[in-house]
Amino acid sequence: MAELVEVLLRVAVVLLAFLVVPLLVGQVEHKAMAHMQSRVGPMYAGGFHGWAQLVADGVKFVQKEDVVPAAADRTVFKMAPAVALLPYLVAMVAIPIGPGLVGQDLDIGLFFVVAVMGVGVVGTLMGGWSSANKFSLLGGIRVAAQLMAYELPFVLAAASVAMAAGTLSLTGIVEAWNPWWLLWQAPAALVFFVAGLAELQRPPFDIPVADAELVFGPYTEYGGLRFALFILAEYAGIVVLSALTAVLFLGGWHGPWEDQVGWLWTLAKTGLVAFVVVWVRVAYPRLREDQLQRLAWQGLVPLVLFQLAVTAIGVVVMSS
Amino acid sequence: MPLWWPLLLSSLLFAIGVYGVLVRRNAVLVLMGVELMLNAVNLNLVAFDAYFRDVLHGGQTFALFVIVIAAAEIGLGLAIVLLVFRTHGQIDVDTMRELADREEPAVAER
Amino acid sequence: MTVVEVLFLLLGLVAAGSALLVVTTRTMVHAALWLVVTLGAVAGIFLLLAAEFVAWVQILIYVGAVVVLLLFALMLTKAPTGPQPDLDARRALPAVAVAGLVLAVLGTTVVAGFHGVELDLDGAVVGSAQTTGATIFQQWVLPFEVLSVLLLAALVGAIVLSRGTGRRGGE
Repeated sequence: MAELVEVLLRVAVVLLAFLVVPLLVGQVEHKAMAHMQSRVGPMYAGGFHGWAQLVADGVKFVQKEDVVPAAADRTVFKMAPAVALLPYLVAMVAIPIGPGLVGQDLDIGLFFVVAVMGVGVVGTLMGGWSSANKFSLLGGIRVAAQLMAYELPFVLAAASVAMAAGTLSLTGIVEAWNPWWLLWQAPAALVFFVAGLAELQRPPFDIPVADAELVFGPYTEYGGLRFALFILAEYAGIVVLSALTAVLFLGGWHGPWEDQVGWLWTLAKTGLVAFVVVWVRVAYPRLREDQLQRLAWQGLVPLVLFQLAVTAIGVVVMSS
Repeated sequence: MPLWWPLLLSSLLFAIGVYGVLVRRNAVLVLMGVELMLNAVNLNLVAFDAYFRDVLHGGQTFALFVIVIAAAEIGLGLAIVLLVFRTHGQIDVDTMRELADREEPAVAER
Repeated sequence: MTVVEVLFLLLGLVAAGSALLVVTTRTMVHAALWLVVTLGAVAGIFLLLAAEFVAWVQILIYVGAVVVLLLFALMLTKAPTGPQPDLDARRALPAVAVAGLVLAVLGTTVVAGFHGVELDLDGAVVGSAQTTGATIFQQWVLPFEVLSVLLLAALVGAIVLSRGTGRRGGE
């Protein structure tokens, strides 16, 4: 009985975090981006610096009419947002924020998270195809091309840190982490972060939704709550990517007074990475499709292969 | 669980895959049938691995190898399909008869 | 009936049903999406049969890469949104006969051969990353290396195929 209560409690906490943290990231994006562009951003909703802007947005989205294009494939069109969102919820279950503070500690947690994250893209593809809109279809094709180019460096970068730690368990990786890994695994961290951005289709890799060319890519025909779910999936993706980067490459809960406030360190590092995600959006212009492919195949893949060799040498040298 | 349950399911999946390969005209759908057949094989391997309690985990290892081969197969297969689409404008496997024997005997060139 | 047996039957029904839909649906992209369901159900069965690592590899490679590739190919070959009447050749009957024959032969073989044999899953060694890695790199190293050569050959082949028209244009 006590075990059941504990499992339910863990699931409830993960669900709560899933509903709250992406909104926090969204609010940070609103405000930080505004200030970087010398604006103030939303100021009215909720009173203090527009803290309730996203809640107001949510209410607005709920009120809107649920429109399905006449030529669309109705079932697939309606299921797509859920397929895009759910994998990130499932991925969050396996990410630890402190020793023992994890929804479900899995022996192959890293593999699980990477595998599940790849499923979310199927949702975007479903949306892009089923809308029966040429811009949506082009967006879908771009999503698929982008995913195929960046999945490889993403997984290889994760494999590098797993090799260094000698385990696929996310908790085990944090426990094996050493401050000098910041140097040793730096290329992998960079590749992981950049490829993760590209998988989430975040700027500067938002070629699939490029609003000047494709209206809004795969999401063009979506409105109301379903559109909100896609946006929520994007923010949840940022949270998962930031948390993974923090856990894999930045040492998770390692830091001063880690015995007492370890989980705070994880959250702080996650927040920092999430802020960088927003920052990158403001700082860099969008890549072209050919630049995107070149970056993946001529930049990231050779770099991460080199990193794998370096990691292998390091592991062998240290174990002997 | 009786061992024949997973084996029968695997046979069923394989038969469905065979049907898909035989009946579909679109090359991509034919490839999907092949994927079903490969998955049936994997199910068989994993079931026998669990049955034999193989310390070498031969069944599971072979299932992994089959998955790798399936990935290579689908990559090459789709490259061919896209090439055919580029040169022929469609990917109906029934109309690709350039390499088939002609009705009339081939005339010697020289 | 144990919990594992009930789960297996449910997943088996889902896998077989969605596989049937893969080969019979009239909408091409639906076939790819039903394939996702089939592969997911088979991955669930792998989990039940103590093959944890294989199950997640199945999700990562098949759902994450193979299905995305299939969808990509369908989109690039201009698969229409609506149902297509002429997806199947006019040879459904012989195809059903052949498939039924395959099922009959394979089915009777496995049922007759392994009737009454129990698959005992209690205490089976779960194929985790550690056990799988140890067996691959201790017992199956040579096949593993051969496989890597195969992948390299496939990679080169795919590149050569994709460049095909460009070379012809240059001649």
